[in-house]
Amino acid sequence: MTEVNHAKIDSEIAGKRELTGLQSIVQTQPFWVFVAIMVLGIVMTMVSDVFLTERNMFNVTRNFAFFGIMALGMTAVICTAGIDLSVGSLMGLTGIVTGLVMQAGYGIGLGFLACMGTAALVGLVNGVLIAYLRMAPFVVTLGMLAMARSIAMVLSNNKMIYAFGPDQDLFEWIGGESMMGIPNPVWVLAVLTAVFWWVYRYSTWGRWVFAIGGNKQAAKLAGIPVERVIVSVYVVCSLCAGLAAFLMVGWFGSVTNALGLTYELNVIAATVIGGANLMGGVAYALGAPIGAALMELIRNSLLLAGIDALWQQFFVGLFLILAVLLEQIRNRGRT
Amino acid sequence: MPVLSLKGITKTFGAIQALSDVDLTLERGEALGLMGDNGAGKSTLMRIVAGNFPPTAGRIFLEDQAVHFSQPADARRHGIEIVYQDLALCDNLSAAANVFLGRELKRRFGPIRYLDHQAMFDRAAELFAELKSETRPRDLVRQMSGGQRQAVAIARTRLSDPKIVLMDEPTAAISVRQVAEVLDLIRRLKETNHAVILVSHRMPDVFSVCDRVAVLRRGRKVADKPVDKTSPEEVTGLITGAIEAA
Ligand SMILES: Nc1ncnc2c1ncn2[C@@H]1O[C@H](COP(=O)(O)OP(=O)(O)OP(=O)(O)O)[C@@H](O)[C@H]1O
Ligand SMILES: [Mg+2]
Repeated sequence: MTEVNHAKIDSEIAGKRELTGLQSIVQTQPFWVFVAIMVLGIVMTMVSDVFLTERNMFNVTRNFAFFGIMALGMTAVICTAGIDLSVGSLMGLTGIVTGLVMQAGYGIGLGFLACMGTAALVGLVNGVLIAYLRMAPFVVTLGMLAMARSIAMVLSNNKMIYAFGPDQDLFEWIGGESMMGIPNPVWVLAVLTAVFWWVYRYSTWGRWVFAIGGNKQAAKLAGIPVERVIVSVYVVCSLCAGLAAFLMVGWFGSVTNALGLTYELNVIAATVIGGANLMGGVAYALGAPIGAALMELIRNSLLLAGIDALWQQFFVGLFLILAVLLEQIRNRGRT
Repeated sequence: MPVLSLKGITKTFGAIQALSDVDLTLERGEALGLMGDNGAGKSTLMRIVAGNFPPTAGRIFLEDQAVHFSQPADARRHGIEIVYQDLALCDNLSAAANVFLGRELKRRFGPIRYLDHQAMFDRAAELFAELKSETRPRDLVRQMSGGQRQAVAIARTRLSDPKIVLMDEPTAAISVRQVAEVLDLIRRLKETNHAVILVSHRMPDVFSVCDRVAVLRRGRKVADKPVDKTSPEEVTGLITGAIEAA
């Protein structure tokens, strides 16, 4: 009978698709970027005696922490097939707001709340325009990029803020110091990465974010509150940018309205290099710190190799394009 | 008392009149075959009953209770499950994730609720086994054959114990063996007193499992009769318009 053959063929086809845990890890982009980081690290250790010094490692990890934190938020947005171009400007805005509140003599608690509140509000505006008015994420957040920077300029009156009131020391400790030899922003990144990993794997919200990226219409028909989830990803992304700004201002010990200028490029590049697909439906929590780490490593390597810093953005752009190309080649191999 | 009755359902999309004044009833334990040419309005009618969009005019009754669905979840709450013609699956998720989409199984750990992957995999595996499909719960839908996708979409309707199951061309793109399984499923649903509407272009399917057949032509219902009072030839004539109405 043909019936037997059918069952056999079906199971053979299915059998080929069964992956072991290791195989499925090896298939992900973050894994290969991680390999690239290791290779680059080994090469740098051999050619430069400065690279592996504690001082240099400390700087590298702290620098990438800020981008990593923002990239985590960006994974959620990109997973829904969206984009948020306003994160850099939002850093400027939330940094200035934090500075102004603390300069006025309010404590760090209120400074933090003002920072995150501003971020949430901006994310909410982005999200509502995108989810409910169905505007293109690119356009909405591009507009917000201009508006948020402009508001930061107006609020700051184009002046630098470097006095942060009674909690100045604590504020600068949080952003600039370290615990157990590891910079505080790196701790924040580590904890947030673990949280995002858990949320993507174990929460319904995470599941829904991926479902929306995979097939928005199907998600809607399945009864998922698509609009609310989309609003929430923009709020989450903005909160991450606000948090990065809060830490960064503490590290610098000062803030101008130029904080975070052009960072959106690096953040999006880190997210995409970390395996997020701009078409939606694919993103990795671990990809955010890994993508950010690769970019910082490239920057640091250029620096140590004595190559002009003006080349930096060239390599950021190059790696962004290479990452997308790699993704496309792998996709072609799959189908 | 019919479990579902539609009265004067009309639907327009801008200038397109997709449905005009359609009446339809469905009894418990009955399977109704809904047939018609491409664009006749079959999917539109199913989507209205499933709560995707409201009718422009007309009313829906469930056991003589008037109902209004503003979203698919409303219809689901009233015991209506649907297999969409385009299946409505997320390619980037596993088969089990798709089966449970929007009604994920969770476990509780103190105040924290988290997805119970194992339970969803196990239940999905049971459902696929019941459908005699070789679909693996952990496989991504992206990598699946047409028949496996269909099994995922059909498995979705088996999560609850619905009163009414709507199937919009569930046997398109699947193997002979799997068609037989779907038809068996429909028979089992009937035996357990469920009501089924089967939208299909396949005459043998409709005539083998359905008790009644209704024909839509350009948005109008032109026939509605027991299968033993009609024939594939007559239904074909009704679909094409060679026979005006019956
Ligand atoms: N969302 C929509 N917007 C505009 N027009 C639509 C929409 N959905 C359906 N239509 C139109 O309504 C008519 C009926 O379509 P429907 O999908 O119900 O046909 P069908 O009988 O299911 O056909 P098929 O056998 O090809 O699936 C068609 O003319 C179609 O173009
Ligand atoms: Mg149809």
